Amino acid sequence: MTAAQTMSRVEAPLKVTGAAKYAADHTPPGTLHAVLVGAPAPAGRITGIDTAAALAECGVVKVLTAKDMPRFGEVKPPAAVLSLPLQENIFRFEGEPVALVLAESIEAAEAGRAAVVVRFDAATPVLPGSGWREPPPTPRLLGDDVALGDAASGLAQGAVKIDQAYFQEARHHNAMETAATVAQFENGKLTLWDSVQASGNVPPVVAAALGMNADDIRVICPHTGGGFGSKGYVWPHQIIAAAAARIVQRPVKLHLRRHDQFVCVGYQPRLEQRIQLAATRDGRLTAIVHEAVNACAIADTYVEPATEASKSLYAAPAIRTRQWLERSNINVPTPMRAPVEGPGLWALESAMNELAAALEIDPLDLRLFNHADVEPMTKKPWSSKKLREAYQEGARLFGWAGRDQRTRQDGPWRIGYGMATSTMGSFRFAAGARVRLKADGTARIEANTHDIGTGTQTVFCRIAAEELGLPIENVSIAWGDTRLPPSGPVYGSSATGGTGSAVALACRELKAQLGRLGAGNDPRTLLGEAGLPEIVADGAFTLPGGAPFNANGDGTPFAMSTWGAIFVEVGIDPEFGLVRLRRAVGAYSAGRIINLKTAISQMTGGIIWGWGKATMEESVQDPTTGAWLAKNLSNVAVPVNADIPSDITIHFVEEYDEHASAIGARGIGELGATGVDAAVAAAIFDAVGVRIRELPILPWKILGEHAPG
Amino acid sequence: MNQNRPSSATSRDLTWSRQVRVALTVNGRQFSDTVPARVTLLDWLREGAGLTGTKKGCNEGACGTCTVLIDGRRMNACLTLLAQCQGRSVTTVEGIAGPDGTLHPVQQAFIEHDALQCGYCTPGQVVSAVACIAEGHATDESSVREWMSGNVCRCSCYPQITAAVLDAAKRIGDKAQGGAS
Repeated sequence: MTAAQTMSRVEAPLKVTGAAKYAADHTPPGTLHAVLVGAPAPAGRITGIDTAAALAECGVVKVLTAKDMPRFGEVKPPAAVLSLPLQENIFRFEGEPVALVLAESIEAAEAGRAAVVVRFDAATPVLPGSGWREPPPTPRLLGDDVALGDAASGLAQGAVKIDQAYFQEARHHNAMETAATVAQFENGKLTLWDSVQASGNVPPVVAAALGMNADDIRVICPHTGGGFGSKGYVWPHQIIAAAAARIVQRPVKLHLRRHDQFVCVGYQPRLEQRIQLAATRDGRLTAIVHEAVNACAIADTYVEPATEASKSLYAAPAIRTRQWLERSNINVPTPMRAPVEGPGLWALESAMNELAAALEIDPLDLRLFNHADVEPMTKKPWSSKKLREAYQEGARLFGWAGRDQRTRQDGPWRIGYGMATSTMGSFRFAAGARVRLKADGTARIEANTHDIGTGTQTVFCRIAAEELGLPIENVSIAWGDTRLPPSGPVYGSSATGGTGSAVALACRELKAQLGRLGAGNDPRTLLGEAGLPEIVADGAFTLPGGAPFNANGDGTPFAMSTWGAIFVEVGIDPEFGLVRLRRAVGAYSAGRIINLKTAISQMTGGIIWGWGKATMEESVQDPTTGAWLAKNLSNVAVPVNADIPSDITIHFVEEYDEHASAIGARGIGELGATGVDAAVAAAIFDAVGVRIRELPILPWKILGEHAPG
Repeated sequence: MNQNRPSSATSRDLTWSRQVRVALTVNGRQFSDTVPARVTLLDWLREGAGLTGTKKGCNEGACGTCTVLIDGRRMNACLTLLAQCQGRSVTTVEGIAGPDGTLHPVQQAFIEHDALQCGYCTPGQVVSAVACIAEGHATDESSVREWMSGNVCRCSCYPQITAAVLDAAKRIGDKAQGGAS
């Protein structure tokens, strides 16, 4: 890799010195601190809220309940919750906001929260696992039920069949920064310092709820402390903070407590999936049948479209998918790194590993036999696909072929190897960017993109430097403010492809403008001679039909997706059921990689997320109430440094996708987190012969025991 | 934290709403403030002293995001009452770089090894790493992994953090050796 490809992130000095400002770091003069009071039970009707004791607390200024709040206008997606809280006396999940305490200090607000008394008549909740199953409403963004060929006869034709159910527990994003919104009204206009992945989503939703003009709402968000999907859509607390600021006519800071984060924003739902595979004796798939059921809220809907994974990964002649929802009294889920194929591959790739074992074929060979040379459903060519190279290079870097020659024991640790395919569909969002090329030879990008840690600013500066032929230090970027030119969101692994393309297109327009000024390409000379302080161009990354969103190349001559191969080595202590990651190799086909250094960090993080999902993470619901049992980081396990070895190797196949974007790139953010769970389960089977189909794979499952307690 | 207990408040008459006067040093600067006894060092740093580099992650000592140094020892600021800091010297992430802004070797190593993504845990990681090295725990990968495990990084930069801490320890060691010779 070249030095230019390994650029350190441009905002890093701000982050290592504490100078980077996140939403809750803003405290405008006169700010009131807000804390939510949540519903005390999973279902019921409020009969009264006694605020007297709370108001008696020194520093508590106001306690707002449904009767104090305005009647919110109807909100639509990208609102995550359509049945907004604090509007009626019914509550449908434990922790649903029923009051908001406003105080002069954080301490007073928290003391006030503890003093609010909520009286209620409890209703019988629908508990997890006991809810009714229903088909998700249509039209669906993703997750349509499909039937390609004749799945029944494909299943009947197969010489070898797999028919298994795969389960995964709910888990939360647990971003280090809990969501925060600071709301300030001045002369009827609203400013929000907000922790978001797409601030452009916020004004229309808040405006609809509060009966405002969206143009009167400004959202500022220079840094976001991790999103992973939890800060993508607009959540009720953002509306509540704004409504409260309007009521009290003072700035309001609502920085969710960790406890509230579990119920105020989404999570990845509990999923039960069934996969049926059939194949010929030589390993050719004859049918894939994939059904997925995801847990969901009573009044709001989120479909986890896990079956998408089975529609495009393998060249099966018959594919049938079906999605279901199972509603219970819990808050609504949302996309979480990695959604869609994330859950889907846990089931599909686990079943493929089981099929390989049943056929006594190397699991890598089984994947190669069934490689989809064209998109299976539409038969369209891929915009670019280097999955075969990813398999080959990943296997070489890992030493996959020689695994059976290596020792299988290291002290008490039994060693196992596993692999799986990674894949994510290509989400593309329309995006814009403005670039100013100045007579002093510097360039400035202006785009309302976000910094959630994916390296966007660095990547965009690199793109502009390369397009304009400028040294990288001459390029700067302004981001994180709705006053800047609208850009794409930073979710769905889409930002580099969308906003990055818009930056490149703006730069190409600037070069055309320079060309019209005269010969040569030195902006200092050309602009100086023309007497221009700067030239400006807007770039727009557009999608077929002028749509704001495009999945998988729909409406184009090409199908689009990203792929990879993940190989893991685990150690199992069979006496205690402990499982440890020893090393991992991920090799990916994701188009051109703009900045290798930040891309490697992102993929490494994805693999670690996959490890957490596979072996640690679960948000457990109380079986008697359905409420989240632990709403903190003390009792909800996520990987820490001691869990993770340094031996994680990332490889990107050399690739340029000329169809998916204007810069050769597709997306990488979520890809690395897919398939890891299935590879880990296979490695555990390889080590100790125990096949586990329920995530997370905790020690008691490896020991073949019943759940503790 | 037993010595130098502030004489103005004893466990018998200390209630959470009682106002206590606290004088302490933060990043070499003297502060004194009168606050309710319940105010944590974390909330005071952020809302009282305007030092927002120290972040709130869990507010119960589980994530390490709020790590600061108190008399050189790393501590979760969310689990520390300001009242406990009477006479103490607190160092936050804002106090790690040199007075002229020269980055500390830990900060340089974090940038070079890309040991950060969203950056929200980074202040705590940096402060924790400075102490980890000073404690003599930055000897090898496995020791660093153990002694940096009080700081959760959800973006999951762990391999890069481990590499950065070891690299910074080497730089600091080399400098100390160079200085001694």
